[in-house]
Amino acid sequence: MTQTTRIASVFSDLRSRGHMAFMPFITAGDPDLSATADVVRTLAEAGVDLIAVGFPYSDPIADGPVIQASYTRALEHKVHVRDIFSTIKQLETEQLPPLVAMVSYAIIFRTGLDTFLDEAHAAGFAGLIVPDLPGDEAEDFLPLVHSRGMDLVELISPTTPPARAERICRQSSGFLYCISVAGTTGVRAELPAQLRTQLESLHTQTDLPLAVGFGVSRPEQVDSLRGRADGVIVRSAIVKMFERLSSGAANRATVLKEIGTFAREMSTAAHQSAG
Amino acid sequence: MNQPAATAAVPDLQGRFGEFGRRYVPETLMHALEQLTEEYEKARRDEAFQAELSDLLRNYVGRPSPLYYAKRLSDQLGGARIYLKREDLNHTGAHKINNTLGQALLTLRMGKRRVIAETGAGQHGGASATACARFGLECVVYMGEEDIRRQKLNVFNMRLMGAEVRPVTSGSRTLRDAINEAMRDWMASVETTHYIIGSVVGPHPVPMMVRDFLAVIGPETRRQAVEQYGRLPDEVIACVGGGSNSAGMFYPFVEDADVRLTGVEAGGRGTSPGDHASTLCYGNKGVLHGSYSYVLQDEDGQTLDVHSISAGLDYPGVGPEHAYWKETGRVTYKSITDDEALQAFETLARTEGIIPAIESSHAIAQAIKTAPTLPKEQSLVVCLSGRGDKDVNEVARLLGREI
Repeated sequence: MTQTTRIASVFSDLRSRGHMAFMPFITAGDPDLSATADVVRTLAEAGVDLIAVGFPYSDPIADGPVIQASYTRALEHKVHVRDIFSTIKQLETEQLPPLVAMVSYAIIFRTGLDTFLDEAHAAGFAGLIVPDLPGDEAEDFLPLVHSRGMDLVELISPTTPPARAERICRQSSGFLYCISVAGTTGVRAELPAQLRTQLESLHTQTDLPLAVGFGVSRPEQVDSLRGRADGVIVRSAIVKMFERLSSGAANRATVLKEIGTFAREMSTAAHQSAG
Repeated sequence: MNQPAATAAVPDLQGRFGEFGRRYVPETLMHALEQLTEEYEKARRDEAFQAELSDLLRNYVGRPSPLYYAKRLSDQLGGARIYLKREDLNHTGAHKINNTLGQALLTLRMGKRRVIAETGAGQHGGASATACARFGLECVVYMGEEDIRRQKLNVFNMRLMGAEVRPVTSGSRTLRDAINEAMRDWMASVETTHYIIGSVVGPHPVPMMVRDFLAVIGPETRRQAVEQYGRLPDEVIACVGGGSNSAGMFYPFVEDADVRLTGVEAGGRGTSPGDHASTLCYGNKGVLHGSYSYVLQDEDGQTLDVHSISAGLDYPGVGPEHAYWKETGRVTYKSITDDEALQAFETLARTEGIIPAIESSHAIAQAIKTAPTLPKEQSLVVCLSGRGDKDVNEVARLLGREI
């Protein structure tokens, strides 16, 4: 890709200051789309750098129980793809951190590749993460994404051998999503040691920013990535806060406040310069 | 449409059956699938592997299974002669064992000691537990809570053979959710664990490999038909959920243009979404569980709930090779309702003294419809994929009878 995408410029700004990006994940429509609009604004105010917006899917094999439960809650309230797009469109996304759609290929295929991308682009999404579309199967899809000036962020797993990693580094744009542990997402206590080695080797292979996800949940973990990664992705930790909203354990204002506080802590940790 | 004729030379190296198949899975699984493909290709060409499998199929499973002429049933219907391929007589009572033994041998070859499997009716879970017990492999079977209720006997048997049965409480609590859970387990355990998928579904090489292990059924049938009445069957009928027994039965006949192939899906209680599991008859092209095939989903791509009297057929997807056979017109797919299947279940019990699995009863029901429309000189072979012992409680409940 020749032009600089919104995602790429966020990472290059942060890199020039020696900062990492903080990218939280939320499920669109959990528990409803007005909550989604509120939480996007809350996260933006808290200073996050990018926001991953999950499209609820009935059979999310790449996700753990926390996110599946969140998707189930959203689908119980009949959240449709077109409603997600119209909610995002109303947010005036150019004023917000870049939004990245995290969406199953099942949904994209059924909607139609071009239709989905046109609508995602019109809504203001800057890129996509499609967890069940490995690089090998993305050849037809990739040019359609790029022709709209969007990024297709690919994933690297601890099980990815070097030859596969090379191809993924070549294809991915925006950044690389590095899964820190094999298995589905969830909140984990420690970052694995093996991750450090993998990040080091990826840095020798590519200039793409490396964002680490799956299992990151605390500001201390952000510290442990400093100088090794370009960004952290938090998925289950924020989605878990929404669980309390649905169960009635907390009201919306309280949950949004909690999310704001957490996002500010994480952003602050990510934005400390490497010492 | 200018569709070329179906060929048996599928899938290609990318796992494509025509346009269908491939690998739509998280990156975490990709390397394991590449390794599995490689290991399977080696095993397939390895005479020692094939000899060990043949020996097991003969002496442990009891192959070849008979091709039985159901004369009373045929006479009563007054049309084509109906033959039953008796996969119900295999050890464990269904066709699934052919696949699980092959994959258990492959597990050993790959140096893995743990097996996971999903199950709907419990037949594949049981066959996996059996193969694992036979080879001393650890076995975890994921099973929907709703299916555990429907299939208590199979659950007991699996546990008896040392398998752990893990109830799945997410989603519709049936086969599809059990597959989701098994895939998740596999993503976290892929370095030590082999996932024995029970049907011709999922990412490449699974649909090809499962088909091949089950394609012991078709060649036997060909040979037996020629031995018994001197020619190939005029029509072959098999039930289709994910499509495993039908794939094993149809595949060896794909290039015999004179043999009609008929797949029978679960028509449930009606044609509205949620009332059936007839993916090829009423579904759309789409992606589910790692492959591109036909799927029952809404306009957003969300998988629809399905219904069938049969726990083994209520799956909202279908193997990609079946999608290919549908597109090329090589196989005709029909739908049989719960009531028709129940009637066939009773009819076969009374006329032949054979109690079929409720899954297989769908294929029997189709044969009962078709046979009277054909002359006596023609022959229909029905794949009797499993025995019905596991279903008697559920059937008694539906018929309002006490056991």
